[in-house]
Amino acid sequence: MQMLYRAEITIQLKDGMLDPEGDTITRALMHLGYTVTSVRTAKKLLIELEADCKEDAAERVDEMCRRMLANPVIHNYSIEIR
Amino acid sequence: MKFAVIRFGGSNCDMDVHHILSDLLGVSTDLVWYKDSIKDYDGVVIPGGFSYGDYLRAGAIAARTPIMNAVKRLADEGKPVLGICNGFQILVESGLLPGALTTNVYPKFCCRWVNLRVENTGTAFTSNFSEGEIVRMPIAHREGNFFADDATLHILNSHHRVAFRYVDSDGNAVADANPNGSVENIAGVASERGNVIGMMPHPERASEPVLGSDDGLRIFESMVEYAERV
Repeated sequence: MQMLYRAEITIQLKDGMLDPEGDTITRALMHLGYTVTSVRTAKKLLIELEADCKEDAAERVDEMCRRMLANPVIHNYSIEIR
Repeated sequence: MKFAVIRFGGSNCDMDVHHILSDLLGVSTDLVWYKDSIKDYDGVVIPGGFSYGDYLRAGAIAARTPIMNAVKRLADEGKPVLGICNGFQILVESGLLPGALTTNVYPKFCCRWVNLRVENTGTAFTSNFSEGEIVRMPIAHREGNFFADDATLHILNSHHRVAFRYVDSDGNAVADANPNGSVENIAGVASERGNVIGMMPHPERASEPVLGSDDGLRIFESMVEYAERV
């Protein structure tokens, strides 16, 4: 029987890649008087899908990331299935 | 001979490219909706714009539509494929060209004229230039910051696949002349065979003197002449 799973995908620029949006937010926070060392931005996608088991859901979501959701040239991603 | 200008929802400058090819160069050209077929065409232009609203990443969704498989087949046959701005983003996202286009180093939409140095006249789109020539075209983008890892950059440089670099008026690829933070001031790259090229500047907006420059016209002339040869 198929179960409904919720996948939470976080897609982030690889370490060392310039994150101009994060840098701009860093400067804006400094203008507000906060001391922060860095800000990195990420995109979060919440996907609901039906699958036979958690492993099956994770495998399919990982394939989605590889084929479209993340760009392997610039991104790392992580997946959490619930 | 017949060219296709592919239209996605959110494409722009598609009419400009059509005007240049059909009115200025007298080449039969169709505007082709992305759900239609391109198999009988001798060359393809993917114009600029904001296909799919730049959702997910600029070009990411258009790159995964079925018509891009047909574009790959044409490219494999050696036919010319030109991606301008969003078209360049679509070509890197589809894997037809290497690298990625990320957010400009100053993260806002940037629309202005730039100087470009022609790095390689051996591609399907640059044969009507001379090497090292400085040309002027406008850019208009927010995600034009070309990135490639060191191994890819090495291949691009050693195989002469960098087509254009952003330069100052003296032809120097300095940081001040780089409008978006692109690695090594790269503005356009070519495929291994030189029949696929992607570039962030808009040659179609610089193809008639009344627009301030007609340097871009030579890209389309080069493409048409190349298509006549293959």
